[in-house]
Amino acid sequence: MYEILEKVAFSDVTTMLVVKAPEVARKAQAGEFVIVRIDDKGERIPLTIADFDREAGTITIILQEVGKSTLQMGAMQVGDAFANFVGPLGHATEIEKLGSVVCVGGGVGIAPIYPIARALKNGGNHVISIIGARDKDLLFWEDKMREASHELVVCTDDGSYGRKALVTAPLKEILEERGDEIKRVWAIGPGIMMKFVALTTEPFGVKTIVSLNTIMVDGTGMCGGCRVQLKEGAKFVCVDGPEFDAHQVDWELLLARQRFYEEEEQRALEHYRSLLQVETAQS
Amino acid sequence: MAELTIKERRQIQRHPMLAQEPAERRTNFSEVALGYRLEQAIAEANRCLSCKKPPCVAGCPVEVDIPDFIVALRNGDLDESLRILKSKNSLPAICGRVCPQETQCEIVCVLAKKAEPVAIGRLERFIADWDLERGAETPAVAAPTGRKVAIIGAGPAGLTCAADLAKAGHKVTVFEALHDPGGVLVYGIPEFRLPKDVVFAEVGCLERMGVEFVSDAVIGKLYTIDELLDEKGYDAVFIGSGAGLPSFLRVPGVNYNGVMSANEFLTRVNLMKGYQFPEYDTPVKVGRKVAVIGAGNVAMDAARSALRLGHLWAERTGGEPTVVHIVYRRSPAEVPARAEEVHHAGEEGVIFDFLTNPVELYGDENGNLCGMRCIRMELGEPDDSGRRRPIPIEGSEFDMDVDVVVVALGTSPNPLVFHNADELERTKWGTVKVVDETTGLTTKDRVWAGGDVVTGAATVISAMGAGKSAATDIHRFLMDSDR
Ligand SMILES: Cc1cc2nc3c(=O)[nH]c(=O)nc-3n(C[C@H](O)[C@H](O)[C@H](O)COP(=O)(O)OP(=O)(O)OC[C@H]3O[C@@H](n4cnc5c(N)ncnc54)[C@H](O)[C@@H]3O)c2cc1C
Ligand SMILES: Cc1cc2nc3c(=O)[nH]c(=O)nc-3n(C[C@H](O)[C@H](O)[C@H](O)COP(=O)(O)OP(=O)(O)OC[C@H]3O[C@@H](n4cnc5c(N)ncnc54)[C@H](O)[C@@H]3O)c2cc1C
Ligand code: SF4
Ligand code: SF4
Ligand code: FES
Repeated sequence: MYEILEKVAFSDVTTMLVVKAPEVARKAQAGEFVIVRIDDKGERIPLTIADFDREAGTITIILQEVGKSTLQMGAMQVGDAFANFVGPLGHATEIEKLGSVVCVGGGVGIAPIYPIARALKNGGNHVISIIGARDKDLLFWEDKMREASHELVVCTDDGSYGRKALVTAPLKEILEERGDEIKRVWAIGPGIMMKFVALTTEPFGVKTIVSLNTIMVDGTGMCGGCRVQLKEGAKFVCVDGPEFDAHQVDWELLLARQRFYEEEEQRALEHYRSLLQVETAQS
Repeated sequence: MAELTIKERRQIQRHPMLAQEPAERRTNFSEVALGYRLEQAIAEANRCLSCKKPPCVAGCPVEVDIPDFIVALRNGDLDESLRILKSKNSLPAICGRVCPQETQCEIVCVLAKKAEPVAIGRLERFIADWDLERGAETPAVAAPTGRKVAIIGAGPAGLTCAADLAKAGHKVTVFEALHDPGGVLVYGIPEFRLPKDVVFAEVGCLERMGVEFVSDAVIGKLYTIDELLDEKGYDAVFIGSGAGLPSFLRVPGVNYNGVMSANEFLTRVNLMKGYQFPEYDTPVKVGRKVAVIGAGNVAMDAARSALRLGHLWAERTGGEPTVVHIVYRRSPAEVPARAEEVHHAGEEGVIFDFLTNPVELYGDENGNLCGMRCIRMELGEPDDSGRRRPIPIEGSEFDMDVDVVVVALGTSPNPLVFHNADELERTKWGTVKVVDETTGLTTKDRVWAGGDVVTGAATVISAMGAGKSAATDIHRFLMDSDR
């Protein structure tokens, strides 16, 4: 069992959990992920390693409550434990000294972009970061991102905090002003955001790396459920990724694949809510 | 009662095993074959002629002493029967259910020449189930040797190797990537053929023998093989990581929603208990028209699972049950699955399309699979495998209406485990190269391998046989005082 040592609610739907998993922490690197299972009936849920502490033997995960499993995780408390916690999975981010780079984090994608920005800054790059969310309540880690970057742009879709814009607007301006200087862009967030980042950077010919969040089962290359279509052929996100060249990805197919279980996800949520009601009625 | 004569024994008919009726069983995931009762088992055991040079023993990859365990059974000495069985086969409840007996021990039984062979597998299952019912006896374990062995993968190869090494007194740890031990026995083979409780009971027995199981441990990621040997202090490593990497069709449209590998489909159904969704969280797509590509055991399991999901769905919603096709490019004669499985699938209502091959998959505007173009095939000259080569018949294309396609076209070893283990040579098929086939020793010092990771997808009993012979050699190596 993998115990929760610390819990911080960033908003109504965004929660940070610090989980005791010393063997995973021993190996963890920026860009990798874990697969967790709440209990014996749980689904295997992939989550990015947002931070790790080798000495304390902990892994930090940040989750956005979008469905049954993430909702249930959001309701877990310090002292509760995950039945399973597998990792580190996937490839680590390749950190090189490139010059100026842009890191874009959207929504819960701010969590995984943070260790990458930090590593890039420590690696001697000039790091420009853009973070965005639907509204002020969904933003988090502005302070950490400021520390991990030389320049930081904060925006919200509704203008409730920072600049009122989608992350692609400041990104485009930066590329127009100093496109030659920007050596690489990293973008992590909802699929649709990553798609538009890819479309934004493509005309400038700037290599863009995205971290894909396909639906997964095992996370070890055994099922192929996580496959993504690249120009060069199909790849498995769990073992070949999760980072890929954004300009290679077939985005329409990727977004469609994420919607495959919509009907079932809805049923799972209704079932969970009905169970919760029974519980509250009994207590 | 006087001993039966050979003539009398020969006159006894093979005893059928109780089974759920097809119409009933396709609406549930409970076991299809229900096993013998004691009287039936003894009556079937009476058919064995106790041959002096029993050909059946040579037909079994681990050489179970078949006539001996059968004689003990018919004399009513179940303890002795179990002891004989277990001395060669540590997982009899599993083998009795899933071994392809009709091509191994039973095909060579002397009775098979004129009549039906002794039902060796069913008798094996009977004895093993009797033992499980009484809580399973824990085999004796030798005094601790102080030596440590790491086993990678908790499939039949790893479990067998672990059992034999633990019996010899070594400290054994099994590292498993998934959350439950069992390998294909838990993620691939469905509950209706092999109840998971049977597998977990066998694992429980190993735990009582002192074997430690570490789940969630993906070797190659969490630890490399070198780390196990050098940092974690294991004296030897056995790789039993199977052949879990799926192959996909090479036709346009394979990435539409609804096209999945048999591994994904079966893992969702079995390991994740998708058939009990939403009580269990993991969903699995219930198609309305399902096509399974391939005709091996894996394809039969996928087709029969899809059929059951469809009937459960129909019961819940009042809709029409799912139609399930097996699409296979060769003819019935080349079908690689066990005869019994093909027979069961047919009885349950699976439709077989032989000499048919997919050429393209179609998707709708949402990226969901909505059709499959196939072409008819005919058989030409024999190919490398000795089977007649299927050749497309020009102009015979036709469209099938499908919303789920499950691809069951074989698997190869997953390379994850070999991360940073360069001295470990592999073949061009991605399987581990062994320097000695009788021991499973690899090209890397102190590392053995066996099962599907060496042979490619094969059988439970051959994986067990490999785990067993590796254990013998590892034991010899560990006890060698000069090393
Ligand atoms: C490598 C990787 C890293 C990830 N890292 C994080 C992370 O750090 N924090 C985090 O909150 N989430 C992360 N995700 C996504 C997370 O796994 C899903 O949100 C989660 O599985 C949803 O489960 P659920 O039961 O709560 O919701 P479901 O009921 O399964 O889904 C509810 C809604 O979420 C959408 N959805 C389902 N699966 C995904 C998915 N894989 N990606 C995006 N949307 C999805 C569905 O379309 C649906 O609208 C990551 C995914 C991958 C593959
Ligand atoms: C659907 C299906 C039906 C079948 N039906 C039959 C049948 O009826 N009769 C029969 O005899 N055979 C059958 N087979 C074949 C049989 O199951 C296999 O040949 C046998 O299980 C191989 O055993 P194994 O121990 O080599 O590997 P596996 O059973 O594949 O076990 C390997 C284990 O290693 C784990 N692993 C892999 N990589 C790592 C890693 N890096 N770190 C840690 N663990 C790892 C895997 O998760 C798995 O648990 C069937 C196979 C399938 C898929
Ligand atoms: S282990 Fe398999 S092959 Fe051997 S006797 Fe038993 S059923 Fe037959
Ligand atoms: S060959 Fe048949 S009859 Fe002879 S010992 Fe074996 S099972 Fe019995
Ligand atoms: S999640 Fe199964 S292969 Fe990637």
